Amino acid sequence: MAEIQSYTMNFGPQHPAAHGVLRLVLELDGEVIQKADPHVGLLHRATEKLCESKPFSQNIGYMDRLDYVSMMCNEHGYVLAIEKLLGISPPIRAQYIRVMFDEITRVLNHLMWLGAHGLDIGAMTIFLYCFREREDLMDCYEAVSGTRMHATYYRPGGVYRDLPETMPKYQESRFRSNKEVQRLNASREGSLLDFIEAFTEKFPRCVDEYETLLTDNRIWKQRTVNIGVVSADRAMQLGFSGPMLRGSGVAWDLRKKQPYEVYDQLDFDIPIGTNGDCYDRYLVRVEEMRQSNQIIKQCIDWLRENPGPVMLDDHKIVAPKRIEMKDDMESLIHHFKLFTEGYCVPEGEAYSAVEHPKGEFGVYIVSDGANKPYRVKIRAPGFAHISAMSEMVEGHMLADVVAVIGTQDIVFGEVDR
Amino acid sequence: MTDRYETLATRLDERFGEQVTLVPSTCGEITIEVARSDLIAVATGLRNDADFGFEMLMDVCGIDYLSYGKAEWATSSATGTGFSRGVEREPVILDEAEEFDPRRFAVVYHLLSLQHNMRLRMRVYTGTDNPPIVRSVVDIWNSANWFEREAFDLYGILFEGHPDLRRILTDYGFIGHPFRKDFPLTGNVEVSYDSDKGRVAYQPVSIEPRTLVPKVIREDNRYSQDLKDSGNG
Repeated sequence: MAEIQSYTMNFGPQHPAAHGVLRLVLELDGEVIQKADPHVGLLHRATEKLCESKPFSQNIGYMDRLDYVSMMCNEHGYVLAIEKLLGISPPIRAQYIRVMFDEITRVLNHLMWLGAHGLDIGAMTIFLYCFREREDLMDCYEAVSGTRMHATYYRPGGVYRDLPETMPKYQESRFRSNKEVQRLNASREGSLLDFIEAFTEKFPRCVDEYETLLTDNRIWKQRTVNIGVVSADRAMQLGFSGPMLRGSGVAWDLRKKQPYEVYDQLDFDIPIGTNGDCYDRYLVRVEEMRQSNQIIKQCIDWLRENPGPVMLDDHKIVAPKRIEMKDDMESLIHHFKLFTEGYCVPEGEAYSAVEHPKGEFGVYIVSDGANKPYRVKIRAPGFAHISAMSEMVEGHMLADVVAVIGTQDIVFGEVDR
Repeated sequence: MTDRYETLATRLDERFGEQVTLVPSTCGEITIEVARSDLIAVATGLRNDADFGFEMLMDVCGIDYLSYGKAEWATSSATGTGFSRGVEREPVILDEAEEFDPRRFAVVYHLLSLQHNMRLRMRVYTGTDNPPIVRSVVDIWNSANWFEREAFDLYGILFEGHPDLRRILTDYGFIGHPFRKDFPLTGNVEVSYDSDKGRVAYQPVSIEPRTLVPKVIREDNRYSQDLKDSGNG
């Protein structure tokens, strides 16, 4: 019988498990991977170049479109970098709102990850469960910013507006009966905070459900235990961050180590793994959802008791309220100036990093003193993770490639930028 | 700047002396500039010395300083000509230039030390060579691999000793380095479907590059401390 030579196979870019547009060129020996060469860039939109041609505040919208499943965390990184350059810090209430929405975003991201990862390696049900809860969190986005995904809610100097007192409600239609509408609206009678609180009450039980489906599931374990093992040393060497680094047993979380906003005043734990395989990273992310839930609860309690401004009062940076603008000459001038030429940011450079659901999301801004950034570099966690793809899949079977793509939590919006 | 960073600055100065130049910091971050020839020595020291222990390289990026600090509008004051037209600059064909301004291209490394919980920014100017070239740090920090490929793709900076320096973000067969400041935002070519040839064909762009940014007054005294102190700011 003829000896079979190593075999080159193309995976993607149109593949349901490629999480977007990943093209992998795999060298196989039988069904065993010898080398993987990821081809990225199919979603490259030159975000950083576009940022160089727009006033600072107009670029926030681009950040939502980077990692399009954790939108507000991207905005946070960018807004923090501008605030660092301007030397301002937002009011304390805005900081709590940001932290709360960062954690809502983390849950959103991890739910998307869990559903898609499960679907990739054969667990269908989990996807439907995860999307059930995602829907509620999307409604929070909608209530606070008007959009379900690309919020543009964080602004230099605070957040766009305070939390609304009412929630949008479902209406009866030929697709939704009165009874169903009443069920859906039951938790929407109060303010947004009431709605989020109701969510945090029920969410731990939802996570229990996911764990019932997966944690001790024999098939799940067969697909994830000892797959894509990365040692702590290698994880650091490869520039991993977030759950990828913690899954390998390195206790590193920017929320604890280099706290920004009000994370140093909140009580939460950082889960870490021991083996650095796909299963440990799964456990880490599931526990992170529970911890995020705790943080959201603490933020709700604080926000209920402490009303206050959510935006700085400096109209050189922050636009005045629309009502003021209508009958105050000076406000009108500020408004016009801010929305035509924006504001100049002092010359200098700043790197600010946030603990994004996927890892360290860093934004490096160089300003030459103009009203637009001279250079913006976005350090996307997924970019470093996917560069280790080859190392993680070597020696595994073809089917495990999908498990590794899933565990890396790749989203091409941020990898390709 | 916190005490820890001051200690770091002192240690950097003691350990590397002439090899590193501390840049006046903005926003409480430490930046050092390293000559191209000292890059590997300094990088190895930063990674391996117990005092520094920067075991993670978080980011590598290229920067093109071609139009740094240059306004795109002809007026510099708020009055007089009002909204003038954007400055028209002669297109610079760089690939034909014999040599570059030595401070045109830079590579910026962002380092992170987990054990000391510190960050450091390291900048290396690429000198006058065309194409710009620096030594690769892949052997010191493996995470540099793709970041250097990206800097090569977008800025055309070569990394000597890199194992696999291919384009990464742009299309297969792309011409030019799109993040250079003399590469127009609109690009140079556009694609359309050619029904005669039965395939997608490239042609030069049909739109004119414009200055899209609103007017900027760089001599802005909004942040001037004197004005703030006097209460008029």
